[in-house]
Amino acid sequence: MNLMPENEVMPAAPHPMAPLPFRVQRVRRETRDTFTLELQSANGAGRPSFLAGQFNMVYVFGAGEVPMSITGDPADQDTIIHTTRSVGMVSQAICKLKSGDMVGLRGPFGTPWPVEEAAGKDVVVVAGGIGLAPLRPVVYQLLADRAKFGKVVLIYGTRTPADILYQKELAKWRSRLDFRVAVTVDRAPAAWRGSVGVVTTLIPKVSFDPQRTVAMVCGPEVMMRFVARELEARGVEKNRIYISMERNMKCAVGFCGHCQLGPQFICKDGAVFRYDRIRPLLGIREL
Amino acid sequence: MPEHSILQRAHFEQLLGALKTRGYRVIGPTVRDGAIVYDDLNSTDDLPVGWTDEQEGGTYRLKRRGDAALFGYVVGPHSWKRFLHPPAVRLWQANRTGKNIQIEEEKHAAPKMAFLGVRACELHAISIQDKVFLGGSFVDPLYKARREGAFLVAVNCGQAGNTCFCASMNAGPKADFGFDLALTEIIEGSEHYFLAEAGTPLGEEILQELEHRPAENIEVEKAGSIHEKTAQQMGRTVDTTGIKDLLYANMEHPRWDDVASRCLACSNCTMVCPTCFCTTVEDVTDLKGDHAERWQKWDSCFTADFSYIHGGSVRSSTKSRYRQWMTHKLASWIDQFGSSGCVGCGRCITWCPVAIDLTEEVRVIRATDIRTKSMAKETDDGNTGTNPR
Repeated sequence: MNLMPENEVMPAAPHPMAPLPFRVQRVRRETRDTFTLELQSANGAGRPSFLAGQFNMVYVFGAGEVPMSITGDPADQDTIIHTTRSVGMVSQAICKLKSGDMVGLRGPFGTPWPVEEAAGKDVVVVAGGIGLAPLRPVVYQLLADRAKFGKVVLIYGTRTPADILYQKELAKWRSRLDFRVAVTVDRAPAAWRGSVGVVTTLIPKVSFDPQRTVAMVCGPEVMMRFVARELEARGVEKNRIYISMERNMKCAVGFCGHCQLGPQFICKDGAVFRYDRIRPLLGIREL
Repeated sequence: MPEHSILQRAHFEQLLGALKTRGYRVIGPTVRDGAIVYDDLNSTDDLPVGWTDEQEGGTYRLKRRGDAALFGYVVGPHSWKRFLHPPAVRLWQANRTGKNIQIEEEKHAAPKMAFLGVRACELHAISIQDKVFLGGSFVDPLYKARREGAFLVAVNCGQAGNTCFCASMNAGPKADFGFDLALTEIIEGSEHYFLAEAGTPLGEEILQELEHRPAENIEVEKAGSIHEKTAQQMGRTVDTTGIKDLLYANMEHPRWDDVASRCLACSNCTMVCPTCFCTTVEDVTDLKGDHAERWQKWDSCFTADFSYIHGGSVRSSTKSRYRQWMTHKLASWIDQFGSSGCVGCGRCITWCPVAIDLTEEVRVIRATDIRTKSMAKETDDGNTGTNPR
């Protein structure tokens, strides 16, 4: 089908897989193996606006590219913030970046958390481990517009106290009277004065009205399923629970096929899904 | 009824000439290494003149025909995705100077390619890949340029192969859309000609440049009976009734274990499939480390790497990979792109080294449908889920 009969050499339209240059402004070590990067556009184009829950593809020169959730404040028009744990070849390279280094970045991609839909309702944010990173933009938005929401709760679990992210910020959030922050760890040294136990154990203990609650959950897949079950047990309907899924991802734009989960492309139909829509797929092994 | 013309075999070379004069690289079937593959054609002599193919599960053989047909065979191991969605594509290059990185997108000439001998199933396959790369919120500009520059000469199949089932998938054997020109080859005694039909103004324009005459009704009828005969000859069939729900409901069917005991996870089926589109990316650097390139390469859901996330592969078993491939092709594709991902070309059957036949797998699952409700089952208890963490 010749739609452009006279074409000879056509300059490439921007390829959705071509990154834009960003400069590392700051690297902060959060925990033993987790780092937060602040990035700024290096070509003067500014940073693309994003919605809480979306992710970018971050390219480290010569090492490769990985999806990373955006963890900064959507209202900050200047900086892109990512938190990553050093687990693979590319994320290890990301954790070795220094301020002034350049990375490639494309995005944002994926579906957002339902912050708008949560207006007028209680909001329960449940995070496991590094799952707090993609939920932090939600917390920023809830607190920035605090009067718009009912009770606001953050339930956060990590393996040990040393794995707790954003400790200073958590302390600040905890000091607010209009924000309930509950933290638990799987195991702790004797000096730990907080809760010990998996994150689901906190769900019955915090106050919110299940009938008018929107829950946003991010963490390991098995944790999200048990959290959702606990929330349902308290009376939160499946269609008001949201989770964020993870799969292998090479393109983020629906071309590479790697991130499929049944009919869903995690990259474009997710990563944030309404639980009632994704739950049937989660019970099938190796789907 | 669209107008039909008769193009004599003796004048067929003019078609290649007209395409070349317009700057097209003419690509079509040719014999190489005992198979009919798609490659550049210099002249009609490069076509598999007088050859046919015999196909069965895990078997492909070329045989001599008793005539000098140009298109007397079905499809081989290649498909047009090789040219529209090539096995390896460089997406961009990056250069590092000090702390700066300069990323240069691939500048590409929109290639003018004429595909000669595109079968009906392949037209369907191309339109299916169009949906993947052009139909979503993101467009692949490299695919778009190749696609828009392509001139498609369809050939209606005069015979069906033993692994063909396009009729079941409503994807053939007659080309009904998506071509610039469509031909039906007719050989009768000493007569050898093509019934030609233009599908686009450009196709019409090119047809007008060739020696031709209007077709008689009888010739159009002859072509019609060839199409009908081919449709009756399909070596395989699939009952597609409710196939999406059938496969979704049978995710835990014991047949997947059975097929896994035969499947080598070699990925042949995905390589020969004209609609399989999955790719991976490869980053390469030069020895100095200052020049990097990103390549997009065909990938297969049959590899362990395909579903790897930190901690392991989501689909670690062959069973889960075959199930992913077949349910994607025949079921979830419908949810994703509004049509089946299968066009019934039969390549995955022919080129499977152990002759796994998806039409047979569907038949067995349908006959022993367990309706486990596994897609909706409450399985939180005692199931450790798919997460390898």
